[in-house]
Amino acid sequence: MSTKGRRAAAATSLCLAGLLAVTACSAPGGGTTDTDDSATGGSGSATGDVTATCGTDPVTLSAYIETGFPMPKDLFDEFTKQYPNVTFDVREDQFAVITQNAPRVLADDPPDLMRLPQMSELAKDGLLLDLDGYASSMGWDQWPASQLVQLRVDDDGARGEGPLYGMGLGFSMTGVFYNKDLAAQIGVTEPPATLAELDDMMQKAKDAGITPAAQFNGGATGGLAFPLQGLMASYGDTTEINDWIFQRSGATIDTETNLQAAEHLKSWIDAGYFADDINSLDYSMMMSRFMEGESLLMFNGDWESGNLDAQMPGKVGFFLMPPLEEGGDLGAMSAPLTFGIGAQAEHPDCAAFFFDWAATNEEARTIQVEVGGSHPLGLADAFMPEVDADSVTAQTLAAGATIGEKDGAMDFIANATGAIYAKGWTPNLQKLVAGQQDPAGMLADVQKQYESEIGG
Amino acid sequence: MMQMRTTGRPGLREVAEQPHGLDDRRRGWVALALVVPAAVVYVVFVLRPLALTVQYSFYDWNGISAATWVGIDNYTRLFGDSEMFGSILNALQLIIYFSFVPVLLGLLTAAIIRKFATSRLALVSRTVLFLPQVIPLVAAGIMWTWLMSSDGLVNQVLRAVGLDSLTRAWLGDFQTALPAVGVIGAWVALGLCMLLLLAGMTKIDPALYEAARLDGAGAVREFFAITLPSLRQELGVCITVTVIAALASFDIVYISTQGGPGNATLVPGLEIYYLAFFSREVGQASALAVAFMVLVLAIVLPIQRLTREGDR
Repeated sequence: MSTKGRRAAAATSLCLAGLLAVTACSAPGGGTTDTDDSATGGSGSATGDVTATCGTDPVTLSAYIETGFPMPKDLFDEFTKQYPNVTFDVREDQFAVITQNAPRVLADDPPDLMRLPQMSELAKDGLLLDLDGYASSMGWDQWPASQLVQLRVDDDGARGEGPLYGMGLGFSMTGVFYNKDLAAQIGVTEPPATLAELDDMMQKAKDAGITPAAQFNGGATGGLAFPLQGLMASYGDTTEINDWIFQRSGATIDTETNLQAAEHLKSWIDAGYFADDINSLDYSMMMSRFMEGESLLMFNGDWESGNLDAQMPGKVGFFLMPPLEEGGDLGAMSAPLTFGIGAQAEHPDCAAFFFDWAATNEEARTIQVEVGGSHPLGLADAFMPEVDADSVTAQTLAAGATIGEKDGAMDFIANATGAIYAKGWTPNLQKLVAGQQDPAGMLADVQKQYESEIGG
Repeated sequence: MMQMRTTGRPGLREVAEQPHGLDDRRRGWVALALVVPAAVVYVVFVLRPLALTVQYSFYDWNGISAATWVGIDNYTRLFGDSEMFGSILNALQLIIYFSFVPVLLGLLTAAIIRKFATSRLALVSRTVLFLPQVIPLVAAGIMWTWLMSSDGLVNQVLRAVGLDSLTRAWLGDFQTALPAVGVIGAWVALGLCMLLLLAGMTKIDPALYEAARLDGAGAVREFFAITLPSLRQELGVCITVTVIAALASFDIVYISTQGGPGNATLVPGLEIYYLAFFSREVGQASALAVAFMVLVLAIVLPIQRLTREGDR
């Protein structure tokens, strides 16, 4: 035993010595701060007028994009066709993987084009290129300001103001898709004009034995955030919600109108308007149930328009979350499909030129509409491709125009901070379904989570 | 000296007592050369990350920009945070499913299989029960997610036998999610426990059973008086391995529920991952990791001690 004891003691002291040897080193993160400082200091930014061009020499743009969405790759192919000296080196990952990898990838191996998750922390850490110089030289600042406002980040990491740190390959928008056949079956031929009519539509479906909405809400996916935010816009002001998402000081999600919205959602849950296994449904299961005609509604975004037109041609309709009273205010989650340029990227000028091309070139705009189902960025009177009037894509584009007129665009409440979706909304929405949380408690809890994150 | 040896093989003592000198030193160097590569790998890939984790746990750090020293703040926060505390409670609860259930079932199946050890049936059942061990945990997680979905096989069987009222989305229900994850873990661990215990049983001297039978002991008495005490060491290995699997579980939970619904199946492994990669609180994640490692040692070391002492 004594030998054993001595051996154990020796091993322990060896471990401790090792630990001390390493912990005696400098604080972590010191090495990268030098480059961070230079980036935030502006040396890596495109301040002043900068001409964006890909030149004529061979260029390989490195792109890090989200897997499962063909639109960016189609754009890359078209760009290479028009500018043969430019090729793309594409890396694809799931959005959740990009979210967790973003800071490391941007710090260690900055891509020229990168699909971004929530971006304020990345901009604050000096990992993204400031695009203001390109914006003024290429006329992006002439576009409707609302298109790019979500991509501006100030020094404190609050969004909505400050330099431009990202661009969109089109902007997407959410609302409600409905199965026209099932709607006709329950005697509904027109989209609901008020919330009460939507309630009525869901009740009719339930009475007819049809699942009103098989929304996803399982695992790490709090999909009830989609209808919830739509309801928030019906009850209250979208500006307040944007202030909260943009981390403006003093903003809160725990307001009277948001409580009414959350209570309305709870009334849908209690009435059994969602599938009873909603807490185990993921996004793809929701899509397959909707496409197989198992549910009447789906709260989702226009990125599925092209897909639905291909899979269920002529059978799907789209409407925005209706207002409380007919003709009232409308709101929708509408955000650019955000891409950025790494602060230390190798070919920033060419990447910026690509962004400009995507917003102005007719072929590029057509791809964004037809493949991505999204409205391209750019001047309000810019070219738009012809779309079949019966298609759901035509309806989502029209809805996008309506939201633009009503100034009802909001970013996603899931994008407020890096972890607010995973740690705030998702668990609370799942508890709301199971009756373990009430609407007021949910808003208070999410607000607490939000404050602890932006405070620390 | 050689003549002094009279009978028998050269013993260990003799080898150890060879004269000290150049040979011995050379052997020492050879031994060192053989150990060094493994030791370097161990230091670089185990000790260094461990030390860095301890270091990070004293800082507030987002993984990129400069870190700030916060002392033991990250550790004190562990006790005040109900979510992190809840994840530890979930892990402790998983011990029932990942450890107790497979060890008990393993004992039972091994005792049954031993009775017909030489038959083809024993070989088949051993293989079938061991199969989950060779399936990657991620694949097991995916498979069970399908089985336990609302239209999955489990619910289909329940409906077929008229138990419609029991059907539910097992992994999406607050009451059943953690036990459902536990079932996957139990299914995976059963094979290893069964095989280890069966191997232990074959080592037991048949004379002991014969003596017991002559004394009039039945099968149950035989099991408790002879089989169980003789398996102390194997049981120790089974319990240690499965308890660590329960406490350090990540893959099965990540694939099947991702910690949901709510935080009903959140375990420390997942919480550390969320903290480090989603909330970007590397310091806080490291503190939880260190505290959790201490907890695992505090639970596993006594088990090791208990099962080892009985060996003497």
